[in-house]
Amino acid sequence: MNGGAGAAGTTVAKGSSQAGGRHRDDRLHKALPTLVGIASVIGFFLVAELLIQFGVLNRFIIPPPSQILGSFGRVITEEHVFSRFLLTATECLTAGVMITVIGVAVGVAMHRFKLFQQACETWAAALASAPMVLCYPLFLVIFGRSAWTMIIMGFVSGLPPVILKTIEGMAGIRKVLINVGRSFNLTRSQQFWKIQFPAALPSIFIGVRLGLIFALINIVGTEFLINFGGLGQLIEDLAERYDLPGTYAAVCFVILVSILFFMALEKAERWLIRAD
Amino acid sequence: MSAPAADAQLNDPVLSVDKVSVRFETREGPVVAVDDVSFGVRQGEFLSVIGPSGCGKSTLFNVIGGLLTQHQGTVSVAGETIDGPHKSIGMVFQEESTFPWRTVTDNVAFPLELVGMAKAERVERARHFIKLVGLDGFDNRHPGELSGGMRQRVSLARTLASKPKILLMDEPFAALDEQTRLLLGDKVLQIQQEIQQTTLLITHNITEAVQMSDRILVMTYRPGRVKRIVDIDLPRPRTSEIVSSEAFGRYVAQIWADLREEASRGMREAEDQVLHHQGAES
Ligand SMILES: Nc1ncnc2c1ncn2[C@@H]1O[C@H](COP(=O)(O)OP(=O)(O)OP(=O)(O)O)[C@@H](O)[C@H]1O
Ligand SMILES: [Mg+2]
Repeated sequence: MNGGAGAAGTTVAKGSSQAGGRHRDDRLHKALPTLVGIASVIGFFLVAELLIQFGVLNRFIIPPPSQILGSFGRVITEEHVFSRFLLTATECLTAGVMITVIGVAVGVAMHRFKLFQQACETWAAALASAPMVLCYPLFLVIFGRSAWTMIIMGFVSGLPPVILKTIEGMAGIRKVLINVGRSFNLTRSQQFWKIQFPAALPSIFIGVRLGLIFALINIVGTEFLINFGGLGQLIEDLAERYDLPGTYAAVCFVILVSILFFMALEKAERWLIRAD
Repeated sequence: MSAPAADAQLNDPVLSVDKVSVRFETREGPVVAVDDVSFGVRQGEFLSVIGPSGCGKSTLFNVIGGLLTQHQGTVSVAGETIDGPHKSIGMVFQEESTFPWRTVTDNVAFPLELVGMAKAERVERARHFIKLVGLDGFDNRHPGELSGGMRQRVSLARTLASKPKILLMDEPFAALDEQTRLLLGDKVLQIQQEIQQTTLLITHNITEAVQMSDRILVMTYRPGRVKRIVDIDLPRPRTSEIVSSEAFGRYVAQIWADLREEASRGMREAEDQVLHHQGAES
């Protein structure tokens, strides 16, 4: 341990002589993945642009990125993209909250009552791989052409991964951590909130992330299919009119929704782990 | 009149284990892991239980800690029979047991949080115990950033923070290398001398046991019985330097002689079992 402290001391001493340069190095190091990420996206679009300009790719099937960029203004001003964006995002958020709360609760219950788990885990796994979009007529009949049809579609398709990953997280908790809780005489609820839940949290978050992806795909897909509300309907409209640059621009907004949710989730995970 | 009474109280064990037996039902039939074990630990005493691998040490640990209740016989703390985890007993486990999602401070403050101590006070208290185990400066690290020995010290500090009457440890240093183990042994000795902690240490390491203990209980292999209880008459305060003294060597030799019999019997039985299995398969 002393050795460790000594080593750290020398590093600091060495660093101070060239602190400025080292600091900049560090910051560059941290930003590097983001920069490379952005650069590779730009590079991808440049290559696509060139291939289309030189006629390798058909510009009537794949519009050049420059045209997509140009159509953003039109999509924003003429197609009410922001209110649509908000609608899809709200549907996704509602479905996301539902899959998290209900999925975690069901997963925990399944873990606690083994019979329930043995009876239902296979169904949850089967549901996870079923193409739920095809069930939209059913929900359309139940909920009509309303946002609830989309929300429930998102919920049903996003639920299984949350349940499965919650079970996995609960089952993977090391026995000794439970024993530590018992040795400190924790009540059942303390045992859950102070040990089992935080221990299972990383796995639960993977489930929620997967669930949100499934939910978003199905929500936009259903909007597209029933031609009602949100970004999915916009994509369908623009595609009908054969406005391909506009269609791709609208798809960019769908991607924006998913990016926003992922960033929010990352924040939530960090906050929850701190708060515990 | 009062003096002998006080004396008697001083000699009364705070922890007494009385005729404890544990039997496990396995596919190969019943296994008697612990058989009729009785002993007591006095106030401020450091007692080690030593025995070959698989002789029932962890089982005994779980019974005393109240985690295993399907046993015969009784365990009592200051005369009170226990039938579950008891607040007077603090446990340190054989496996790594820190909470990876909490910082060192929050790990150590865990038992204080449970009794509802205010945040500022519990951070203050946690800092005291972190210092005691020699981890100051690492307060805000997570266990993932620490070495195995440091994590084990975090577990020790966490248990000490609950101020247990009796500290119960199951091979806390088993997974560590020899140097770390010796230095950590020094740390435990120092803590024990500082706060007069009544301690029951479970180990299979003879040096460790002789270095730290007032008495050593040697267990037999299958069924796990008490083979002998040895008084260690070495002067205190001790450090790891005592390892090179002549008296130390004598104790080690004596316990090794006891233990060798048991350990080799254990090994023979394990070998027989393997041969038996192979015979059955071919
Ligand atoms: N839950 C259980 N079910 C069946 N048998 C068990 C169980 N727990 C322990 N045993 C058996 O009881 C015996 C004692 O086990 P125990 O873990 O107490 O040994 P130990 O002395 O702690 O060994 P080590 O030094 O390797 O940690 C072993 O033979 C083991 O196989
Ligand atoms: Mg053991």
